[in-house]
Amino acid sequence: MKLGFYPGCSMKGGSREYKESVAAVCKAFDIELVEVPDWNCCGATAAHNLNKELALSLPARILAQAEKAGLSEILIPCAACYNRLSVTQHELNENDKLKERVKSILGMDYQGTSSIINIIQMIDKYVLPNLDGKVVKSFNHLAACYYGCLLVRPHGILKFDRPEDPVTMDNVIRKIGGSPVEWAYKVECCGAGLSVSKTEAVARLSGKIVEDAADRGSQVIVVACPMCHLNLDMRRPESNKYLKRNIDIPVIYITQAIGIALGMSGKELGLQRHFVPVILKEKPEEPAPVKPAKKVVQTQEMEA
Amino acid sequence: MARIGVFICHCGENISATVDCGKVAEVTSRLPGVAYSTDYKYMCSDPGQTKIKDAIREFHLTGVVVAACSPRMHEPTFRKACAEAGLNPYLCEMSNLREHCSWVHPKGDVTTEKAIDLVRTLVEKVKKNESLMPIKVPVTKTALVIGGGVAGIQAALDIANCGHKVIMVERDPSIGGHMSQLSETFPTLDCSQCILTPRMVEVAQHPNITLYSYSEVESVEGFIGNFKVKIRKKAKCVDEKDCTGCGLCTTLCPQKKIPSEFEQGLGFRPAIYVPFPQAVPNKPVIDKPNCTYFQKGKCRICEIKCPTKAIRFDQQDEILEVEIGAIVLATGFNILKTDFFPEYGYGKFKDVIDGLQFERLASASGPTLGEIRRPSDGKVPEKIVFVACAGSRDPAKGIPYCSKICCMYTAKHAMLYKHKVHEGNAYVFYMDIRAGGKMYEEFVRRAIEEDHAHYIRGRVSRIYEKNGKLIVKGADTLLNSMPVEIEADMVVLATAGVANDGAEELAQKFHVSYDGYKFFAEAHPKLRPVETNTAGIFLAGACQAPKDIPDSVAMASGAASKVAALFSNDELTREPLIAEVNRCAPPLFSTCTGCFLCQLVCPYNAIEREQITDRSGKLIKELAKINPGLCQGCGTCVALCKSKSIDIHGYTNAQVHTEVLALLNEYA
Repeated sequence: MKLGFYPGCSMKGGSREYKESVAAVCKAFDIELVEVPDWNCCGATAAHNLNKELALSLPARILAQAEKAGLSEILIPCAACYNRLSVTQHELNENDKLKERVKSILGMDYQGTSSIINIIQMIDKYVLPNLDGKVVKSFNHLAACYYGCLLVRPHGILKFDRPEDPVTMDNVIRKIGGSPVEWAYKVECCGAGLSVSKTEAVARLSGKIVEDAADRGSQVIVVACPMCHLNLDMRRPESNKYLKRNIDIPVIYITQAIGIALGMSGKELGLQRHFVPVILKEKPEEPAPVKPAKKVVQTQEMEA
Repeated sequence: MARIGVFICHCGENISATVDCGKVAEVTSRLPGVAYSTDYKYMCSDPGQTKIKDAIREFHLTGVVVAACSPRMHEPTFRKACAEAGLNPYLCEMSNLREHCSWVHPKGDVTTEKAIDLVRTLVEKVKKNESLMPIKVPVTKTALVIGGGVAGIQAALDIANCGHKVIMVERDPSIGGHMSQLSETFPTLDCSQCILTPRMVEVAQHPNITLYSYSEVESVEGFIGNFKVKIRKKAKCVDEKDCTGCGLCTTLCPQKKIPSEFEQGLGFRPAIYVPFPQAVPNKPVIDKPNCTYFQKGKCRICEIKCPTKAIRFDQQDEILEVEIGAIVLATGFNILKTDFFPEYGYGKFKDVIDGLQFERLASASGPTLGEIRRPSDGKVPEKIVFVACAGSRDPAKGIPYCSKICCMYTAKHAMLYKHKVHEGNAYVFYMDIRAGGKMYEEFVRRAIEEDHAHYIRGRVSRIYEKNGKLIVKGADTLLNSMPVEIEADMVVLATAGVANDGAEELAQKFHVSYDGYKFFAEAHPKLRPVETNTAGIFLAGACQAPKDIPDSVAMASGAASKVAALFSNDELTREPLIAEVNRCAPPLFSTCTGCFLCQLVCPYNAIEREQITDRSGKLIKELAKINPGLCQGCGTCVALCKSKSIDIHGYTNAQVHTEVLALLNEYA
C-alpha cells in the first residue's frame, strides 16, 4: 500500500530517530511511504503569528504538491505540521474567497481533497488491524502516553479522539502488551518553541509533565510529536534542575514502542539517538490479590 | 357580482421598503371584481381598521383581502374589523406580503410583481369564499397538571382553589420535584422542605385535586376543552388503601444498597421504598428491577411482615381514561451530571460533585445529616472549589445559554459551607455574576464580603487527582489571566440545567413545540409566555427554560389563571374551517362511495359511518360523516378522497383550484 508522506523539517533533522522508526514500522506492515515532491516548511508557529496569508499558503502548497503527485492520503508524523495542514485545509474549504486568493498566491491549482492523518490515526487505521501474530516481545512497561497540545486539537477541525482526555495511544500501548498509566498531564503544554528562547519556561512546563509521569509510577513516556520529544528528552537536565530531582524515565516515540514489540533492534529504531538513555524497566509483578476484608460502610439512615 | 376590497399595508417600512405598495394597490384595483383598493402605512392600527370598515359600508363589499403580514399575526384583528362592519369574518383573508415577499426579496420591480401575484390569487379565492359560523363546543372543567414539582403544585392549587377539578400526574413515587431535594433557598436561606412540604400536603388533601403518583401520560387526544387523556398508573405493588405508611417493610427489605435517586446517589435505599421521609403520598413502592422477589422469585419479606397485608406482587399497570379541558405541563428540568465533563475527569473523581449532590450534603435530612463531608472518605473538606458555568454559556459544549440559577445557588453553597465549616476556604470560579432579582445581588455580596468566599473570575481548565487532593487549574482573568492552581478537597460543579429526560417524547405526545435544547416553546416569548402553540395546553416552570423557584411559581400561577379564564366559559367557539362530506338529494344522497379510506387516515378519529335507510329501515347506502367537534381541518381526508366528496370550509377544492388558475393564467 502507498501512503503520502510529509516529513517536515524535524524528520530530516533533530528527530531522525522518529523518521527511522516510522519507516521501520511502515515497512513491517507493507506501507510504502511516498514523500511529497519538493515539499516546503509548514510555517509552524512563526508564520501564523506573523501573517495569515503566509500561514495558509505554505501548507496549501504542500497539499497542492501532494495533489499533483496523486497522493490522496498523507501521513504527517509531526503534530505541529499535522495541525497546520489540517487547519489550512479546513479554513480554505470553508472559505472560497480565501481559497481563490491562496491559489493565486501559489500560482497552482489546489482542491483540498487529500485526507491528512497523523501517526496515531495511521496506526489505528493500518497497523492495529494487522497486528495479530506480529508482536514478538510484549511491551511490558507502565507507559504514560503524552499527546501534547496539537495532536487532538482543535477538536472542531480534527474531529478525532477526545480533546481533553484522548485514548488512542493508550489503546495502542495496551494492544502491544503495555499498561497505560492514568495521569493528569496527557494534553498539557510542554513549552514547545520556547525551548530555545525561554528555556526556563520549558524546564518548568516539561518538568511538571515528567514529574507527574514519574510520581504515578511510569517507566516510559510515549509521545507522537518531535517537539514534545525534544522538550521532554533533550531538556531533561534543565527540567530536573527545576524539579531538584533526578528523573531518568526515557521518552520514546509511539512508533519506537511498536518497533520494540515487533522485535526490532534499538539501532533500527534509532533508540541510541535519545539524550535520556532508553533503559526500559519491566513492569513490576503485581502482588497476588489479597481478598479485601469486608469493609463496614457506615451510612446514615435517611429517616434519622 | 363580487365586490372585493383590497387593502395593502406598508407595515411601516417592512413591506414598503422593497415592494411598491402604491403600485400593487393601483394594479389590483383594475382586477375584475375588485370594487376598491388602497394602501396605508399601518393597516392594523385603528385608522387603518377604520378604512376597511368604512370601505365595506360605502362600497357594499362582499369580500376583503388584506395584504400585510402573516395571518398568524393579524388575521383575527382584520376579521374582527370586518365583522364589526357587518361582513361575515370568513369573507376576509390575508395575503402575506411581509414574510412571503418583502422580507425575503430585494427591492425591485420583480418583487412588486410577486406581491401583485400574491394579492391577485387571493382576490380570486375570496370571490368563492362563503359565510361561515363559528362552532360552539362545551368545556370539560377539569385540568390536568403534569409534574408535581413546585410549579405543578402551585398551578394545581391555584386552579383547584378557583373551584375546578384538577388531576395531577407525577412519574416519581412522590411529588415535590427538585425543590424537595434542596437544602436552603436563596436569597433568604429559608429551608426548602419547610416551605414546600405544607404545599405538598395541601395537594394531597385538597378535595378538588386527584393525585396520581408513579404515573405517566400514555396518550392524548382531542382539543382545547375536550381532551381525552390516558394515564398509566405504574404498578406500585402496594395496595394504597390498605397501606398505612408505617414503613416497616422499608426497614426489613434485604436490599439496602440501591443508590437513592433522591439523594443523588450519595445515599442508599431499599427495593421497597419511600423516596424521602416527607414524601407525598407517604406510601412505599416496589422497585421491580431491584427487588429480590421479582429477580429471583424468593424473599417476600415485606409481604410476610406487612401488618395490614398491603403488598400486591401481582399488581399490574392500570390505564385510566380521563376527560380534560386544559393541560398544564410542569415537567421541570434536570442538570448535567459530572460525567459530561472530560476536563473534570468524566465523573471519575468521587469528590467532584454536582450542585444537587451538594444540596443533599447540606440538607439536614441528607445522607450526612447536613454536615459537609466529602463522598470519598467522609472527611470534612478544608477547601472547596465551586465552578460556575460548568457547561452553561459554552457553545463548544452545545449549551450556549445561561442556566440562570447557578450564580445564585453557587453563592448559597459557598455561604452554607462557610456557615458549617468556619475555618474552611470556599473558592468560586465564575465568568460573570448574574444576580438579577430582588435581593439577589445583595445575597452574592454577602457571600463575598461577610462569608469571605473567594471569587475568582476565570474558568477552570482541568481538574485531576493527586495524593488525595483535587488539583484545580484555572486562570484569574482579573489578574491578567494569571494561572491559578488550587489543591482542593472537594469540587462542586454548577452543571448546566437541561431539559428533563423524555421531554422530547412528551412534547410530541402533546403536539407542543420545543426548542433546539428540547425545552418546551411558549407561544410568544414576551406576550404569551405561559401558552403553547397548541390551544388549551399551558406551561409552568423549568420545562420551558431553567428558572428559579420564584419564577417557576409565578409562571405556574400565570398558567393557572389562563386555565381559570378558559374554564370561566361554558362553551368555546372554534374556527369553522373543518371538513365536510357533501350531501345531496336522493337517490344519490352524496357523491361519497363509502370506501372509508378517509376513516383510516384521519388522525383525530373524526370520521363516522352514517347509514342511509329507507322508511322500512332497509339500508340504502353507507356514507362518511365528519364529527365537527373532533375535526381539526387538517385536510388529509380531502387529499385521500377518490370521489372528491370532501371539502374543507374556507379551503375548498374549488377555491384552491381558482388560486392556481389565477397564477397560471398570468403566465399563460
